[in-house]
Amino acid sequence: MEHVSTTSPYFGVFVLFVITFGAFYATTVAARWASRALARKDTEKLKLSIYECGPEVTKQPNRISTQFYLFALLFLLFDVEVVFMFPWAIDFKLLGWFGFVEMLMFILLLTIGFIYAWKKGALEWHNIK
Amino acid sequence: MEVAYIIETLIKIVVILLVFSALAGFGTYFERKILAFMQRRLGPMHVGPFGLLQIAADGIKLFTKEDIVPTNAVGPIFKIAPVITAATAFMAAAAIPFLPQFTIFGYTVHPIVADVNIGILYILGVMAVGFYGPLLGSLASSNKFALISAARAASVFISYEVVTGLSLLAPLMMVGSFSLIDFNNYQAGGIGDWIIWSQPVAFVLFWIAAFAETGRTPFHLVANDHEIIDGFGTEYSGMRWGLFFIGEYANMFFISFVIVLLFLGGFGDGSVLGALGFLLKMSFFFFFFLWTRAAWPDIRPDQLMWLCWKVLMPLAVINVVVTGFVMMF
Repeated sequence: MEHVSTTSPYFGVFVLFVITFGAFYATTVAARWASRALARKDTEKLKLSIYECGPEVTKQPNRISTQFYLFALLFLLFDVEVVFMFPWAIDFKLLGWFGFVEMLMFILLLTIGFIYAWKKGALEWHNIK
Repeated sequence: MEVAYIIETLIKIVVILLVFSALAGFGTYFERKILAFMQRRLGPMHVGPFGLLQIAADGIKLFTKEDIVPTNAVGPIFKIAPVITAATAFMAAAAIPFLPQFTIFGYTVHPIVADVNIGILYILGVMAVGFYGPLLGSLASSNKFALISAARAASVFISYEVVTGLSLLAPLMMVGSFSLIDFNNYQAGGIGDWIIWSQPVAFVLFWIAAFAETGRTPFHLVANDHEIIDGFGTEYSGMRWGLFFIGEYANMFFISFVIVLLFLGGFGDGSVLGALGFLLKMSFFFFFFLWTRAAWPDIRPDQLMWLCWKVLMPLAVINVVVTGFVMMF
């Protein structure tokens, strides 16, 4: 299969972005209209409360375990690594031994960081007990 | 930019939207049928012949459900989150060539919406944006089950993002291009040229990561029914909840296309037989998603993290280094 010869390859991406967001948002709007016209209306007091145990609707803050922030930090470290490695992988044959040795040193440095995180227990799932 | 190109792009976009919205609906039907056959049941049988009209019945049901926004939900974010999931799933289709090029009325059609030279990076990026749907939706509904789902969505998707990227590095080194068309042309010589033979480790890693990226069964922790009700979907009703499902099934189809194009030769030289084989291979990977759901139990979140960081990621790095040495000598 040949490539498409065009000066503006991202035109399709932009149009798809506009059309998908527009179409799916319009779907939810249409569903709202349809449900207002057709759905059984119920004026039960607790209908709009959240789907949890207990009768009172209280607003609670969204707090989660710090465990997840550790994974976010690790993700930053290694996804930046991947971002650096993508351009190198594309020009791998062009860069030859020089680029390969440079990348090996980069991977070695990151491996030391990874082993440190492993030994420190950042990869374990910490028990609350 | 000439007018013909604009019209062609618009037609392709409309066709992709219609075909894959319908396929996403049929995906739920296939899933119920296949799960049923694997459990010696019949599945949907009552609506239409063999239950084929079940999708239409589901659509009517979703459209006529009462539209509920819970008391403490953050309205605008709660309403936009399912749209983000569905729209980003379909945006990933822009860089995928769905069929080999063909000529109709003397006009050559390339069945790809946007032939960008960074195709794979674009698909990975758009799929990564897709996780904002579950994340924002569950944080905005201020429900404790949804909150757990949000934390899991964030940690699972970003962890497996690393594995996806690293596993793709080795095939990228061999082909030297991000474009899926170049990947297809690299493997056009026949079965012997498929990248799966030279990169089996990368193939398995990418396949496992695909399950995490789409949130399918072994890694179905984001909406694990028996633990956290429906996760991010707990507070959603009607078509908003339906959009999450359309996004999930469309994602499964698109990632099956990407796996076949990257590792299993795509449509090869572009003959009719190649195109048929392409669709068959894609269908197998879609079927495998459903098969896994019938045959495997879910794993725990800590096992998921263990698998990602201590097994798959080191394997992917070693695979890249070994590929580099092999290609150098």
